Amino acid sequence: MVTNMPNAALQTAPTSTIKADIRNFNFFYGDFQALKNVNMSIEEGRVTALIGPSGCGKSTFLRCFNRMHDLYPGNRYEGEIVFHPDNTNLLAADVDPIEVRMRVGMVFQKPNPFPKSIFENVAYGLRVRGESKRSVLEEKVEQALNNAALWNEAKDRLHEPAYNLSGGQQQRLWAKDRLHEPAYNLSGGQQQRLCIARCLATDPEMILFDEPTSALDPIATASIEELIDTLRGKVTILIVTHSMQQAARVSDFTAYMYLGEMIEYGKTDDIFVKPRDKRTEDYITGKFG
Amino acid sequence: MALPDTAAIRTMVQKHKRYDHMFAILGLLCLMVGLLTLLALLVDMGMRGIPRIDWGFFTEFPSRRAANAGILSAWVGSALVMLVTAAAAIPVGIAAGVYLEEYARKNWFTDIIEINISNLAGVPSIVYGLLALGLFVYQFNLGQSILSAGLTLALLILPVIIVATREAIRSIPGQIREGAYALGATKWQAVHDHILPYSTSGILTGVIIGMARAIGETAPIITIGALTFIAFLPPVPGTGEPPAGMFDWLFSPFTVMPIQMFNWTSRPEEAFQVNAAAAGFVLVFMTLAMNGLAIWIRYRLRKNLKW
Amino acid sequence: MLAVVTSARLAKRRSRHIKELLIEMLLLGAAMVAVLTTLGIVYVLFSESWVFFQHVPLKDFLFDTQWTPLFDDAHFGIMVLLSGTLTSSVVALLVAIPLGTIIAIYLSEFATPRLREVCKPILEMLSGVPTIVYGYFALLFVSPILQWLFPSMSGFSLLSAGLVMGIMIVPYVASLSEDAMRAVPMALREGAYAMGSTRFQTAVKVVFPSAFSGVAAAYILGISRAVGETMILAVAAGMQPNLTFNPMEPAATITAYIVQVALGDLPHGSIGYQTIFAAGLTLFLVTLSFNILGYFLRKRYREAY
Repeated sequence: MVTNMPNAALQTAPTSTIKADIRNFNFFYGDFQALKNVNMSIEEGRVTALIGPSGCGKSTFLRCFNRMHDLYPGNRYEGEIVFHPDNTNLLAADVDPIEVRMRVGMVFQKPNPFPKSIFENVAYGLRVRGESKRSVLEEKVEQALNNAALWNEAKDRLHEPAYNLSGGQQQRLWAKDRLHEPAYNLSGGQQQRLCIARCLATDPEMILFDEPTSALDPIATASIEELIDTLRGKVTILIVTHSMQQAARVSDFTAYMYLGEMIEYGKTDDIFVKPRDKRTEDYITGKFG
Repeated sequence: MALPDTAAIRTMVQKHKRYDHMFAILGLLCLMVGLLTLLALLVDMGMRGIPRIDWGFFTEFPSRRAANAGILSAWVGSALVMLVTAAAAIPVGIAAGVYLEEYARKNWFTDIIEINISNLAGVPSIVYGLLALGLFVYQFNLGQSILSAGLTLALLILPVIIVATREAIRSIPGQIREGAYALGATKWQAVHDHILPYSTSGILTGVIIGMARAIGETAPIITIGALTFIAFLPPVPGTGEPPAGMFDWLFSPFTVMPIQMFNWTSRPEEAFQVNAAAAGFVLVFMTLAMNGLAIWIRYRLRKNLKW
Repeated sequence: MLAVVTSARLAKRRSRHIKELLIEMLLLGAAMVAVLTTLGIVYVLFSESWVFFQHVPLKDFLFDTQWTPLFDDAHFGIMVLLSGTLTSSVVALLVAIPLGTIIAIYLSEFATPRLREVCKPILEMLSGVPTIVYGYFALLFVSPILQWLFPSMSGFSLLSAGLVMGIMIVPYVASLSEDAMRAVPMALREGAYAMGSTRFQTAVKVVFPSAFSGVAAAYILGISRAVGETMILAVAAGMQPNLTFNPMEPAATITAYIVQVALGDLPHGSIGYQTIFAAGLTLFLVTLSFNILGYFLRKRYREAY
């Protein structure tokens, strides 16, 4: 039994638009069905959180939005994820996954900066999109690092290896693009913000966050949440989180999933204060999880 | 947030994917180059050499008349040298591997041993020949003999066997080791009763690969002074007046298969080139068979973990 | 009664302890063989070369442009042999490094697991072919083809030997580079794919740079093999010492020269005999430098993920 709110009933400003419609969506790992008959909508410019106990399929669902499952054999999509305004089904066989990934960015659970300088990390997405003019790159990198609240810390160290980001640590000046040392004393929070900047530089329509703070300490977590807050209105955000409190802090809409099904979906305030489904209530009040 | 220009994205992605496909084709072509070379080698030698291979080829000595020349002294010499190599390299290699994995402590002394092993793996084979010439042949007075050759090749393949032994031992789960010790076994008992038996397949793989390499080595043997034209056989091991006579064969002059092939290849006459092709074919067949066997054992080992 | 049992147990324990110690000493001795081998090589090369350099000044050895040690008017310029080694190695590496790298990238990033399982053993078998067979191949298969393409070439040339040597080295370069690339964690690749990269872009911009230390070590190993190779050059490049950097010509390398002398009949202790040790020492020092370089490269650039 699936409860969800029909689009028309969303009590938001009349100018709200839908970024993505998910219709009758199923997903299979080989023979195992991981996602069952999911239907929902994602509102543009808002933060939507996916919560649920371990194994409920929220990460699996998230990774469908940028066709990550295509990298591994044996996976199958059924149903549609329709992106607006162009009405493209992201999962269609004739839509190239690379095209999808050019429009949808992703931030991973464990920060994964490339073994390049800070500048080159952020510029990577732009280079892949064919941008090579130095002046354009520099401008966009600065803008992205600003949006990720990393510019002031990074601007004097743009050409250092990304793994050296941290305060008062050994700083070694290397030429751009040269390989460097392992990430010993690295601030995880700064690395994660770098990964976010990397995403922002390419102006994506949607950013997927896969438990972005579960590997970070509370201070770093707070800074990432603050960052997500500032992105509201500029980008559509879909965030998977293990922490209900984080969902409550950060998101406008929340979807609760359990065993591969979308149990309930709606405005965050409504879900947490007066959930309509008993299973949602049980999870939120901590009866299991 | 700008509206996406999906058409532009599509063309850009198409362009990138074209490079993707071009590289995939390039990759396959490069693989083909390697494969085709191996094939060309085998086919060329096979076509020239196989007709020449008959029973006589294996039982005749080399001769100035190509049609009568055979590899008898060469393959017998190879076999005897391999005997010495195996007798020397296998025990020492396994022992060294066991020491490094089970007994050695992490200190500078162990580091020195390990650095030496990895360095020796990169020393050109002809330098081993020079070592043997200076040390075994003259200093130790072992002469230009099967014993010198066998010992030299043993040193050459020692790193291969040591590395294979270490990897085989490393792949044994800690629980088995702990189980043995928990029952009161001494270190040697644990090694002898448990660790060595379980790592046998892995060690065997290394031994086979090492021996395959030793059979094909030419440069160190030439340097020691193996002769290229030998029309007699070393005495059969074990015959001769005991006790010292039993080891006469070790000090006999000799030749080996690769050297025989080298000798024939260097002769301009077409007939000898046919002989060279035939000898080469036998040699390649042996080494490929041995390598194939080792790879098969390793494959079975990987799929067949019993614990 | 207990005292008797206990002391008997203690006695047994002590003898067991001695036995264990003896065994450990034995095994240590086996491990020391590697160290002793290195010492033996250094001793033999240096001691014979020492005698050599009593007769031939180091300056002549390094800078003379002729290598005619067996003539009456003997010259001992190692540069001649080094030019042959260098030229043939460069030809070999021009083949092996591009081919090996492309194969490694293809197997690591493009090929299906099944294709990889088939190709890796084939590459391994390619590296198990005896070098004398490659020498035969170079002289009697590749040289005639080259002569058909370039009619002015002689039957012996550094080019023919170098090309075949290159093919021989490809499996080493490919195998080690591929191992290095496969060690790069999937998380980095996913990061690149998530940004819209193709396999080729991910391989070249993210995976390859990440695996750089391992790939560089593979290249160094290839260089070492090329410099130290003997039989292919002894058979196919001709044994005529010739100071040249033109691969179309025949020339002798350090390794081929040593073989040539060993095939002949030089009395122990003669100057001719000692030249092979001087040449061998040069070779050993060159390959040792490359091995050390490879070791430090690996240590310095080792990425910990």
